[in-house]
Amino acid sequence: MRRGFTLLALATALLLSFALYEALIAAPTEQTMGDVQRIFYYHVPSAWTAFVLFLINFVSSIVYLIRRNPKADILALVSAEVGVVFCTVVIVTGPIWARPVWGIWWAPGDIRLTTTLVLWLIYISYLILRRMSTGGRTPVIAAVVAIFGALDVPLVYFSIWFFRTQHPSPVIGGGGSLDPRMAHVLLINWAAFLCLAWLLSWVRCELEVATRRVDEAQALESLRESSR
Amino acid sequence: MNSMHYLYAAYIATWVIHGAYLAILVRKYARVRREMERLRK
Amino acid sequence: MSFFAITRATLAKDIRLEWRSKDAINAMLFFGLLVVVIFSFAFDPTAEESRRIAGGLIWVAFLFAAVVALNQTWARELRNQVLDAYRVSPAAANPLFLAKALGNFIFVCVLEALMTPLFIAFYKLRALGPAWELAPIALLGTWALVINGTFFAAISLRTRSREIMLPLLLFPISIPALLGMVNATTAVLSGEESARFWIALLLAYDVVFTTVSLLLFELVLEAE
Repeated sequence: MRRGFTLLALATALLLSFALYEALIAAPTEQTMGDVQRIFYYHVPSAWTAFVLFLINFVSSIVYLIRRNPKADILALVSAEVGVVFCTVVIVTGPIWARPVWGIWWAPGDIRLTTTLVLWLIYISYLILRRMSTGGRTPVIAAVVAIFGALDVPLVYFSIWFFRTQHPSPVIGGGGSLDPRMAHVLLINWAAFLCLAWLLSWVRCELEVATRRVDEAQALESLRESSR
Repeated sequence: MNSMHYLYAAYIATWVIHGAYLAILVRKYARVRREMERLRK
Repeated sequence: MSFFAITRATLAKDIRLEWRSKDAINAMLFFGLLVVVIFSFAFDPTAEESRRIAGGLIWVAFLFAAVVALNQTWARELRNQVLDAYRVSPAAANPLFLAKALGNFIFVCVLEALMTPLFIAFYKLRALGPAWELAPIALLGTWALVINGTFFAAISLRTRSREIMLPLLLFPISIPALLGMVNATTAVLSGEESARFWIALLLAYDVVFTTVSLLLFELVLEAE
């Protein structure tokens, strides 16, 4: 267990520094956007990682409702929290990229940015619910809300898609294929960020298990004191 | 040249966010550890 | 008792209670009135401008006002342990939920019927598109707010400071529905494009969340 963790931490550190080198130095400079385009190597893999984590949250919420296994509940909580962290990275780096390229910080009609923002809001409200909820019902209620949130995502996507076709706005990408070398760097960065997400989730899981154990022990202690 | 500032800003922001989250986790972990020690006594 | 008998009984009880006390409707109406007045001071728009912004104003006002009614849907049942009694009774959970959602739907529709003339007067509104389309937009939009609102109100019963929790849960999930209502209304008022897509989106939203709510409500009611 301990050794596995150390190995993962080492691998993540190595992979992240290699990915950083690839993104900043080895990757070719984009012709129209210039060096700013390199933000892409952090922005896009973070977004993909966040989506993977939210998917894990959705699946483990369903599993929890069927099996009532506390492990599934912990996994749902951890993936949502780490997902929000990665989503924050996406939302912060997005405008930093948009500013020099489009000339504006935020494009309300841009489908990916806006969908990500709504996703971020939904999962933050999920985390607030988990924190505010009382008693042993938290896992069930949280799982229910997670399912609502996940089902909302396609609706958000379609509504913004139509909103965009009404209000034209600067959108990058679209057609045109990616340079294979850029795609390569992108995948390396994604692998690195997935490892980082795994590492963070691991730490968070351990923390959650320890917290629950302490809470239980505290409850027992106060029970013992009151019965004395 | 100016565009380089944006590039660095984005990379630094990413690591600041991850670092902050990690710091929060470590602090919480320390608190839980202390509580565990106290309960063990 | 059958499904519909329970729904009818609960709904009739809620409407009778509201008719006698008028707590929710009075609070909602006054709140809506305040919003209309404050917005009209803040913007003082011409007829042209108000056509563009009215869709947003109206629905934001209705959303905030609806939260007032939604918050006290279940709170009423907590006093005297009515909800616990319901839980131990053999009645299914869904008719109760449906009755509550229908009750809120009626309250919010009454509010909208009373507030709309005020909006028209204060913002000099006149629809340039097909005005009859506003009826399905209002009905579908209200149902979208109310179905999720009723569900999340039941969820926020299980939290500390539940009055704060409801909007925190409801608003993010309602974003596509709000976008639909606001844009459909604006489309009809300005008459520039068709509101068809937005109505379809609202319909899809209603179908999805009504189904999920009915599937999952029992878990929330029984969550102990």
